[in-house]
Amino acid sequence: MGTTAFQKIYTKIDQITKATCSLRATGVGNEEMATVNNRLAQVVKIQGDLVTLQIFSGTEGIPTNAEVVFLGHAPQLMVGEELCGRFFNAYGQAIDGGPEVDGQLVEIGGPSVNPVRRKQPSELIATGIAGIDLNNTLVTGQKIPFFADPDQPYNEVMAMVALRAKADKIILGGMGITNDDYLFFKNTFENAGAIDRIISFVNTTEDAPVERLLVPDMALTTAEYFAAKHQDVLVLLTDMTLYADALSIVSNRMDQIPSKDSMPGSLYSDLAKLYEKAVQFPDGGSITIIAVTTLSGGDITHAIPDNTGYITEGQLFLRKDTDIGKVIIDPFRSLSRLKQLVIGKKTREDHPQVMNTAIRLYADAANAKTKIENGFDLTDYDKRTIDFAKEYSEKLLAIDINIEIDTMIDTGWFLFNKYFSDAETGIKSELIEKYGKRKSN
Amino acid sequence: MSTKGKVVGIISNLVTVAVDGPVMQNEICYINMSDVKLMAEIIRIGENNAYIQVFESTRGLKIGTKVEFTGHMLEATLGPGILSKNFDGLQHDLDKMEGVFLKKGDYTPALEDDKLWEFTPLAKVGDEVLPGSWLGEVKENWIQHKIMVPFSFSGTFIVKEVSAKGEYKINDTIAVITSENGDERKVSMVQKWPVKIPIKAYKEKPRPFNFMETGIRVIDSLNPIVEGGTGFIPGPFGTGKTVLQHSLSKQAEADMIIVAACGERANEVVEIFAEFPEIDDPRTGRKLMERTTIIANTSNMPVAAREASVYTAMTIAEYYRSMGLKILLLADSTSRWAQALREMSNRMEELPGPDAFPMDLPAIISNFYARAGYVSLNNGVSGSVTFIGTVSPAGGNLKEPVTEATKKAARCFYALSQNRADRKRYPAIDAVDSYSKYIEYPEFIKYMKENISTDWVDNILLAKNILIRGHEAYEQINILGDDGVPIEYHQIFWKSEIIDFVILQQDAFDKVDASTPIERQRYMMNKVLGVYKMQFEFDSFEEVNPYYKRIINVFKQMNYSEFHSDKFKKFEDELQILIKERAVVEELINKTY
Repeated sequence: MGTTAFQKIYTKIDQITKATCSLRATGVGNEEMATVNNRLAQVVKIQGDLVTLQIFSGTEGIPTNAEVVFLGHAPQLMVGEELCGRFFNAYGQAIDGGPEVDGQLVEIGGPSVNPVRRKQPSELIATGIAGIDLNNTLVTGQKIPFFADPDQPYNEVMAMVALRAKADKIILGGMGITNDDYLFFKNTFENAGAIDRIISFVNTTEDAPVERLLVPDMALTTAEYFAAKHQDVLVLLTDMTLYADALSIVSNRMDQIPSKDSMPGSLYSDLAKLYEKAVQFPDGGSITIIAVTTLSGGDITHAIPDNTGYITEGQLFLRKDTDIGKVIIDPFRSLSRLKQLVIGKKTREDHPQVMNTAIRLYADAANAKTKIENGFDLTDYDKRTIDFAKEYSEKLLAIDINIEIDTMIDTGWFLFNKYFSDAETGIKSELIEKYGKRKSN
Repeated sequence: MSTKGKVVGIISNLVTVAVDGPVMQNEICYINMSDVKLMAEIIRIGENNAYIQVFESTRGLKIGTKVEFTGHMLEATLGPGILSKNFDGLQHDLDKMEGVFLKKGDYTPALEDDKLWEFTPLAKVGDEVLPGSWLGEVKENWIQHKIMVPFSFSGTFIVKEVSAKGEYKINDTIAVITSENGDERKVSMVQKWPVKIPIKAYKEKPRPFNFMETGIRVIDSLNPIVEGGTGFIPGPFGTGKTVLQHSLSKQAEADMIIVAACGERANEVVEIFAEFPEIDDPRTGRKLMERTTIIANTSNMPVAAREASVYTAMTIAEYYRSMGLKILLLADSTSRWAQALREMSNRMEELPGPDAFPMDLPAIISNFYARAGYVSLNNGVSGSVTFIGTVSPAGGNLKEPVTEATKKAARCFYALSQNRADRKRYPAIDAVDSYSKYIEYPEFIKYMKENISTDWVDNILLAKNILIRGHEAYEQINILGDDGVPIEYHQIFWKSEIIDFVILQQDAFDKVDASTPIERQRYMMNKVLGVYKMQFEFDSFEEVNPYYKRIINVFKQMNYSEFHSDKFKKFEDELQILIKERAVVEELINKTY
């Protein structure tokens, strides 16, 4: 970052902490960017003429006579068509060795959409995975995270969903991902021949944690640029838990009183500001956010997944099903809140009831399994539910499924007919007449 | 001469202002940035500084920026034109704002100054009037919107002039009234009122007792709420809080619905924006939106305005209550409002209470709930504000401060259960954990006996008892095994399951099942309790489950059919045949039916 002739250079820092430094300066705007010995920093507090700067890459080695230059603007990003196919760091600087991007400079973290100007999301996103399309249908303009333990293949599933989703642009925001994961995304996108519609902002574990705080805004600002051109944009954010951890580091160093799980009291608002960028614009164009929130031992009561759950429109749980030895989308704990807008409307009318019935029967199977564990005999019905559950898991819940939605619904009917009577399914009789007639007789 | 000031400190949206004159706690002020004015509220005063929370992002704000103080607190603008509007938390009209994105400092007026309203006088010259007395009325959608003596006036007045029937704008003088000491005051159709102060222009506030129908069986038939009552819905995410609130707003027996979307998802408000103008309102024969006002401060909108949004909504509710109307106010969710308080308290470095919430949180919550209620106005007419708030307990833990504080303040508790939601038993209200204090009110029991059904409250107690016993039997079966308990236990369990599947569970997305009129609820409850009172014969426990499942299935088909339609009757006959298969005492069947 060079300086221009008229910028004032400050060289006396009063105070330095692990993440911030304070100095006397005037005419500084709140949230303005600055450089401290060429490291990027942002104004986080002004008290009279005492300005506190948060230095993104940390304060290691910053001397009290460091050169401080205020840049006169909030964090910015150069956006344009040239971003496509490129990889950037948290500051929006190219990290793939390619040329500088030309375009227009915009501030990141811009204003919210007026709720009355939003359009109700109504376009289904087909992924071919029945655990999603059948049970937890995604819709453009939705925001939904994967809740997964660190050992689960969430990045792989997310990449697969992204590539199948037929979005005009895919924007990856990687926060604290390992270099291996970064290369995985890069290779996967390249091999799929989709690199031209993908833009990545990556902060790896090798970079400073506080820099992560810029990544989602970079990704979402880019998304807004393309969505404004009436494109359907899919934003992938992984891993939001590490983003929240970075928030707590900053708030801790700012001496704020922590609330639950050492997270800042503003965690909900901080996360909501990002997730609420998901939108369906009235005259075309949308931003859909698929994120990853890693859990610790499946604990969703921790402040990060808990606050996330209240903000996002559902969540997708990955779980290893030992019966079939595959990873499945857990039908109990997963939920897509926006599915009601499309299922039975954009899909066949029997979709909702088939979905609910299958899950209910799957729950009965879980009860039957508890009986086995407690050493009780199973009834005939119990046995049938267990057989059903296994086949349901194999044919529909496993993440390696790639079929059309109608086929998923038909598979549901096939399984009901194979294992249960009509009364046991409890489905509306008209729907059974119309769609559920036993194919064999 | 109003007080002025200069910005001397900025931390996020907490700004310190050095002032040159008197200021008041909660006074509204504007920060004059070069291109926009930012609205803010004083939340603490110390030495010569006012600490203000800015209702906007303070990005780019500089030290030394000038601040103007207004001399008043945050006020709601009350007058015809509120109905059907979509406001932000500070009552700015969202539809009047230009562009897709919200712009900083884009403050649009709540009402239309140039719109003409057809005014009809109600008061006569010489009448004695009080604050809140009706001087006239205009027709707003389907409501007779009363024009009242401003609540901010005090004492009694004599009407000196009142305008003749005709068309007027909201700022036109429609009456002149004289105070006891002879001062003349002009009254227009619009008035202002500080949102944090309750409107008390009524004679008395008796205990509420009028049953309020919601069409939701687990509420009406098991945990009824009353006009002017308070209730709250705590629930972990994904348990259907929002669907439940939407059902309430669509179906509840109220003259006006106010929805305060406080710090929740924007798409949920969009759902209301999209659906309410389309849904037919059986009460008015018009669209649902015509009796609805929405206050939207979604989670990505400025945090500081979140707190204001619930107060703005309550003030509007109280205003319409003073017209003798039944108002239902829904706030989703009060936890977000509490979090907004926490963020501010944290920035002001106040000593924190439990979970870092401010110490006075319980007091703030109970004061707010206390503003709901059933009132008798000075002219003998009654009005009510029924308030139902949702709470989003952190980690689904009902022992957290917001839930605990709310539990002390609200009279109805609708506990959403994760377990029921996981099993897709919607609405996921746990009928046993939930309660309605109103069923203990003698006034309410009397009202139900006289107006709805003689045994309504008795049936509630019976049904709850059946559910509890069913749950106990289920636990016994789980511990001892299917064949380790008498067959009777299986029956007790399955009889409670009938109540669960037929009464408690309701399909909010099915045209017929979504809303159940009270008459139909009564009919179905009697039918279900009729089956409960019967005895059935089984040779082994294995026969119990399939038989009851068949009964439940037929009942569910009834729920999906239009009441008393041919289809409904067909299933009813089917049920009768099914019961005869195993019923022990024949005459009991005939008696119950």
